[in-house]
Amino acid sequence: MSLSIGDVYKIARLARLGMTEQEAEEAHTQLLSIFSLIAEMQAVDTTGILPMSHAQDLTQRLREDVVTEKDERELFQSTTSHIKNGLYLVPQVIE
Amino acid sequence: MIKFSLLQLGDALRSKKISSVELTQLYLDRIAALNPELNAYITVNEEMTLAQARAADVQLKQGEGGALTGIPVAQKDIFCAAGWRTTCGSKMLSNFVSPYDAHVIEQFNRAGAVNLGKTNMDEFAMGSSNETSYFGIVKNPWNHKTVPGGSSGGSATAVAARLCAAATGTDTGGSIRQPAALCGISGLKPTYGVVSRYGMIAFASSLDQAGPMAHSAEDLALLLNVMAGFDERDSTSIKCETTDYAQDLSKPLSGLRIGLPKEFFAAGLGADVARAIEASIAEYRKLGATVVDVSLPNSRLSIPVYYVLAPAEASSNLSRFDGVRYGYRALEYTNLADMYEKSRAQGFGEEVKRRIMIGTYVLSHGYYDAYYLQAQKIRRLIAQDFSDAFKQCDVIMGPTTPTTAFNLGEKGDDPVQMYLSDIYTIAVNLAGLPGMSIPAGLGDSGMPIGLQIIGNYFDEARMLNVAHQYQQVTDWHTRMPQHVKV
Repeated sequence: MSLSIGDVYKIARLARLGMTEQEAEEAHTQLLSIFSLIAEMQAVDTTGILPMSHAQDLTQRLREDVVTEKDERELFQSTTSHIKNGLYLVPQVIE
Repeated sequence: MIKFSLLQLGDALRSKKISSVELTQLYLDRIAALNPELNAYITVNEEMTLAQARAADVQLKQGEGGALTGIPVAQKDIFCAAGWRTTCGSKMLSNFVSPYDAHVIEQFNRAGAVNLGKTNMDEFAMGSSNETSYFGIVKNPWNHKTVPGGSSGGSATAVAARLCAAATGTDTGGSIRQPAALCGISGLKPTYGVVSRYGMIAFASSLDQAGPMAHSAEDLALLLNVMAGFDERDSTSIKCETTDYAQDLSKPLSGLRIGLPKEFFAAGLGADVARAIEASIAEYRKLGATVVDVSLPNSRLSIPVYYVLAPAEASSNLSRFDGVRYGYRALEYTNLADMYEKSRAQGFGEEVKRRIMIGTYVLSHGYYDAYYLQAQKIRRLIAQDFSDAFKQCDVIMGPTTPTTAFNLGEKGDDPVQMYLSDIYTIAVNLAGLPGMSIPAGLGDSGMPIGLQIIGNYFDEARMLNVAHQYQQVTDWHTRMPQHVKV
């Protein structure tokens, strides 16, 4: 396991988590200790074993392609004050 | 009245010995008196709660309603409930009022139960001590210096301190069973897919499962009857025949084969816990059960596997919290990326950020095969261990936790030590099996010990039968914390 402090900044950026230098250093120490716990897994021979992504062997259900929900835009937009004319407001993206 | 079972409460309500409003007010008064110290509830809303109680009284007056009509139940704050603040224990959702009901909430509403309030929990259900909640620590009613366990710590404390008749929880790696064990109550995590996850805020979707927390197996059966059922809005909800989970409660246990995995009794298990579990197995022998040794050789890998898979799923699930459509948004930012980064940095707590970081890393380019895929392969080995074991036995038993409740702050600085406290519960989630914890004694410090019962897929009715029969010949489930005033 060779997780560097540079990797920590890279992961934080990928995860969109702002991080100060001190937070990154703390995260680095803790992640190293967690990955040493996880490392135990690496030694297991899993040749020929199929990955198990789910507890039940299910196939995705399909349904008719018809509208089943009613329009509840106002209700759902009541969870934020950052709206105007039914649209969510974010900082300008295109100059 | 607060010592009554759900059946007794139902009888009292139907025979008009008490009204739902009176019963609900009794619990609300207890919450007002004890919650400032215990912090089991994040949100209490007397007005909404009493409105439900009044509606239940109308139903009862007309001779209508079901087993839970008028009974006050606490809901873990992970379930969206229309008009209720639903926080998931996070600053990120501290201002979120849900516009809709989770399936579990709908089911309780349909059954006429009264929502007593939203219980405290580890932030986004990530924790084993309830210390990661943005809304503060929860105290174990048996000893206020110790943790109630987590992540359903608020529900466990609320049930143990008689601040509700029963409660709901969710269990991704032990979050119902571990707090149930540490607080001396009964809790059941059903087979993955039995209870709909619709409206239950997602942590690790392939592991999350909701279940009941209460005083006895009989109470759990009544609650599971309400919670379980197919729901097409959850793509992993399982269509199966409607089961009355209380139907087998009184069956005798003669001929029951109990599997004891040797890995659950190895180094690391507290001596007082081991003694209590052995005593309860002896009780089961008296009830006619036989004991067989089984092995779960890969269970030691369940913690490393879990800490790859659960954070991977969490990092994806929690990417929705970006401060745009709901939830916390930073007050100041320079552009869109800065808004995301600041909102998430300020809105999430340390443990949540840590797990998002782990998950993002194991899913990132170059590491996916070594971590995520390898973990999924070992997950299959772990599940296979259980199916091999169930060829020799009907249920598997062992301790729920290695020790009784640890002290507040004891493991807070060391995430790895905290993760290891779930050693006996995590494998069950990885396999998708049902598991439960029932009170089985008191440890050296006078704190509760939980017996874990693991069943085969969809065998909840038998597990409840096994637990109920034990509770007919023992009284551990009726013990109350000394501090709790009746």
